[in-house]
Amino acid sequence: MLKKITYTLILSLLTLNSFSQNNSSEIHGNFDLNMQSYQEDELIGAEAADEIILNNAYLNINYTKGDFVAGLRYESYLNALLDFDDNYKGNGIPFRYASYTIDGLEVTAGNYYEQIGGGLIFRSYENKGLGIDNAMDGIRLKYSPLKGVYLKTFIGKSRTYFTYADGIIRGADAEVNINEALNFESKTRIIIGQGFISRYQSDINPKFKLPQNVAAYSSRLNIINGGWNYSGEYAIKLNDPVGSLTAEGNNYANGNALMSSLTYSKRGFGIIAEMHRVDHMEFRSERAQEKQYIINYIPTLTKQHTYTLLALYPSATQSEGEFGTQIDVFYKIKKGGLLGGKYGTKIIFNFSRINALNGGGSYLNDNEEHNPMFFSVKGEELYYRDINLEVYKKINKRVKVTGILAKQSYNKDVLEGKTPGTYGIVESTIAIADISYKIKKGHTIRIELQELLADGGEGSWSMGLAEYTISPHWFFAVQDMYNWGNDKVSKQLHYVNVNCGFLKGANRIAIGYGKKRAGIFCVGGVCKEVPSSNGFSLTISSSF
Amino acid sequence: MRKLFLSIITTILFSTLSIAQSRSLPSVEVKTLDGGSINITEIENNGKPIVISFWATWCKPCKKELNTIAEVYEDWQDETGVKLVAISIDNSRSMGKVAPYVNASDWDYEVYIDPNGDLKRAMGISTVPHTFLLNSKKEIIWQHKGYVDGDEDELLEQIKKIAH
Repeated sequence: MLKKITYTLILSLLTLNSFSQNNSSEIHGNFDLNMQSYQEDELIGAEAADEIILNNAYLNINYTKGDFVAGLRYESYLNALLDFDDNYKGNGIPFRYASYTIDGLEVTAGNYYEQIGGGLIFRSYENKGLGIDNAMDGIRLKYSPLKGVYLKTFIGKSRTYFTYADGIIRGADAEVNINEALNFESKTRIIIGQGFISRYQSDINPKFKLPQNVAAYSSRLNIINGGWNYSGEYAIKLNDPVGSLTAEGNNYANGNALMSSLTYSKRGFGIIAEMHRVDHMEFRSERAQEKQYIINYIPTLTKQHTYTLLALYPSATQSEGEFGTQIDVFYKIKKGGLLGGKYGTKIIFNFSRINALNGGGSYLNDNEEHNPMFFSVKGEELYYRDINLEVYKKINKRVKVTGILAKQSYNKDVLEGKTPGTYGIVESTIAIADISYKIKKGHTIRIELQELLADGGEGSWSMGLAEYTISPHWFFAVQDMYNWGNDKVSKQLHYVNVNCGFLKGANRIAIGYGKKRAGIFCVGGVCKEVPSSNGFSLTISSSF
Repeated sequence: MRKLFLSIITTILFSTLSIAQSRSLPSVEVKTLDGGSINITEIENNGKPIVISFWATWCKPCKKELNTIAEVYEDWQDETGVKLVAISIDNSRSMGKVAPYVNASDWDYEVYIDPNGDLKRAMGISTVPHTFLLNSKKEIIWQHKGYVDGDEDELLEQIKKIAH
């Protein structure tokens, strides 16, 4: 009865068109479909799916009328692709929200995504490629009382698959752009921010008295002067024992993390030096739960590669403890001269090194106590190292070339969570050439040649890709990855893939056939392990 | 509760079916390269066309598109008065690299960052690059997903159609 009344009320409101005046309403959204067939292939270890075809699809709808916005996402997993957790099952509308803004105050009810600072203490986000969606469900308020001052506060529960975790998450953040707030002109601009997050979960542990409210806070600072930019954030998470029934299993230590970066850039040149230190900083929406419950984000301090063999052994943040440094240099050699040529030459250099904290992360319980050194730089166990140099050059109106040389060290035991000493460190040297040639207006052929020489792991790989594109509608590509250097002769296999696609305006349709290797797939700094597969794929992406 | 919500949405859908197909920019805050914020609806080009291009420092075709246009951008501006707004979807892992990359690349674009995907979601983007063309009223009149060599020619044709 009550529902009916509410419904009628809303209906009449809409009919009266009284949300706000002089604003026409709009509805927009987008649709994505990923379908994959799975055939068995014993050689590469690909399993057939009982359903033969698996399918993930999403439809987003946003309705806007003036300062009012409402929307939803329909998600369909019938059944979920093999590289998704099978807790994603069936259809539903796990995301819906309504929001309005008036006089600087924004009110959101329902689902929302939010981040505090760089995410060290809290980040709620979605990444469909990785099967991540920890959207919040609750209330969020954002308010800007005066120029340069931004306040937000929220409360809610964090999504895991089609349900919400037990913990209630409360958060608040204030950011002040000093120059704007105090209204003074200066060459130096200063922005400060302070964030706070707290999780409530009742203690039903029979043996231990666990903290029911667990807090984390972070402070950040950003100073900008001309081409210089310093940015830093420091976070502390209070003790969050998992509630295991043994005293050894509970860690009462606090966690902390520091990120710091210094950038200088001017026309034609840019450099950024970064460091971070992470110590026992994983934060989850429920005690003692798996990775799908993580609600903070510690950015990985290495370059995010896109060429396949450069990304074959990717780094991932070890939030229980690591120390990392990274330097990037961007340089454009001006037109003219031997190196610059007719169009100039671009050079990008990147170095990163991640290692263990002295002896591991902070640990504190009745039997053990450990506080790692602050600067754990020298002599600690190496997790990951990457040195790479990229050169991009347009030779003439038809030919563009990219060349990359890289050397990577990858601690397979740590980064893939294997028993220490099983695989050790995979050392690899990688070379890549990417050449595109414009045949005639709209028609381009592009060739990628990649070589990875490795000790350990699966050994050496070669990869070749040929792509033919007809702008603006068509693309065709064929690629082969060949694991010729595998120690086991039976594993020296080819992984051939054929893809083609059609694009027109807001629609993109692509089909593919081939074998994919099992491995770690990373997007946006987060990784997941994907199984090997063999079969057809269909991808449709559309916006309206 | 879910049923109620569904009914509301259905009602909204039907009640707006008759509305014209114009599409304006959503009201979403993005970050500026000097640490500030701007609402994307505030971008301005005095009634001339605006191109909005979503990209990321880790996206090959995105950088190819923006580097290719950078070579001819001055000509485009002289001819049509167009302004290009490049919106990076780099998150906190790589957003620090945006300013040095943009400066070193000599781009003359207006560049903003959308670190947690708020604008990306509001504009219905699932993959980058994704390019929009806005007319004098800042209404989206054309869009294109992806980039392959030569796509910039089609974009220029579309810009010319609306440039005065």
